[in-house]
Amino acid sequence: MADLHFLANPARFRRFSQRVLPGLGFATVLMLAFGLYMAFFVAPVDYQQGQTVRIMFLHVPSAWLSMGGYALLAGLGASLLVWRHPLAALMARAAAPVGASFAAVCLLTGSLWGRPMWGTYWVWDARLTSMLLLFFLYLGHIALSRAYDEPERGDRSAAILALVGVINLPIIKFSVDWWNTLHQPASVTRLDAPAIHNSILIPLVWMAVSLLLLFVFLVLVRTETEIDRRRLENAAVQEEEAAA
Amino acid sequence: MSGFTALVARDLRLVWRRPGDVGVVLAFFVVAVVLFPLGIGPETNILQRIAAGVLWCAALFAALLSLERLFAADYEDGTLDLLLLAPWPLELAALAKCTSHWIVTGLPLSLLAPVLGVAFGLDGDSLLALFATLLIGTPTLSLIGGLAAALTLGARKSGALLALLALPLCVPTLIFGAGAVETLAAGEGLWTHLAILGALALVALATTPWAIAAALRQAGE
Repeated sequence: MADLHFLANPARFRRFSQRVLPGLGFATVLMLAFGLYMAFFVAPVDYQQGQTVRIMFLHVPSAWLSMGGYALLAGLGASLLVWRHPLAALMARAAAPVGASFAAVCLLTGSLWGRPMWGTYWVWDARLTSMLLLFFLYLGHIALSRAYDEPERGDRSAAILALVGVINLPIIKFSVDWWNTLHQPASVTRLDAPAIHNSILIPLVWMAVSLLLLFVFLVLVRTETEIDRRRLENAAVQEEEAAA
Repeated sequence: MSGFTALVARDLRLVWRRPGDVGVVLAFFVVAVVLFPLGIGPETNILQRIAAGVLWCAALFAALLSLERLFAADYEDGTLDLLLLAPWPLELAALAKCTSHWIVTGLPLSLLAPVLGVAFGLDGDSLLALFATLLIGTPTLSLIGGLAAALTLGARKSGALLALLALPLCVPTLIFGAGAVETLAAGEGLWTHLAILGALALVALATTPWAIAAALRQAGE
């Protein structure tokens, strides 16, 4: 962690990100292109799920990234509240919509997969419901961080919320599991994964890595934008004060 | 501790002088609950089945409704600044505010819900279970709601935002609160649910005062 502290300074971070971003973007595009090619053309058709199994290559990594993204928000929140790193606030502001988008992609692809497989777009399955609640937690974070006239207050309120949310997530997950078994003992068809075959596993891991790169890339670009936006706002305020 | 009781007593006195504020919340609760039979239809077996869920959701909304003003009045008239400067922990002040909120909303809602439950055709045991779950569950709602109120203090559109923040965090309490009454109907033990509700309340009691105090501190800066 101590090694990363040098990035806490926005100006230094910007120099670092400008060096890293072009290569990272290039790698993301290449990885993603090859991953999608594997997912759509190379990976075999599942004997039960048919072509719909290809949705999983997008669905599963999105679920992982949306959960990891919330953990990132909590980590950034802690770093803002403990060390008052200005960059942590900007990065949290940048990362929350990206994480929320991955949660939305996970929900949408899941519902598109559910239609042919389960015969319905939505079931009140425990996993679906807890992912939906995670999406709501993201929305709350985004709304709260942008609800104040002074952006710093929104940053710190959202940081506290992210920490409370991360404590609550396991409790919510547990209670939703309990709730579902309570209401429908014969649960909906669940993918009882019989040790996934390599022909599926390799594209899946490949896609997970490429989407992780995409996540990092988007967060870095958006953080840069937030730094610039904060600078412009400060400059505008100073100009106004000088004119007054 | 004297500061704690003094703060609770002060809040209760303020409410006592304007009882209409509590009355509005309870009236909202009754009206919201009455809308369900009107919307769904008067078949007793359906109403019995949804009673616990409806009463719990309505209680949750009613509790949220009154939370927006929990810290706002103190924030506007400067009381909050004095609490921040006071030589005793802000966490205790946060707990005091939530306690008084529970006394004026959670407690009356718990007492009122079984009365409305009769109109949904719940039997005696279910009514008792409903009362018990609300009594143990509503403190959690006051604590989580108190946190949401502190986080949205001074924000734009704070009312809707407060609900957006608090509702997902209240899901576990809702599930076990409403679920308890249903398991009773299925002939299972009530105690597991009550124990879990108690555990949720204790977790909230142990964590939220610190988070509320942190939120209030940065609001006062």
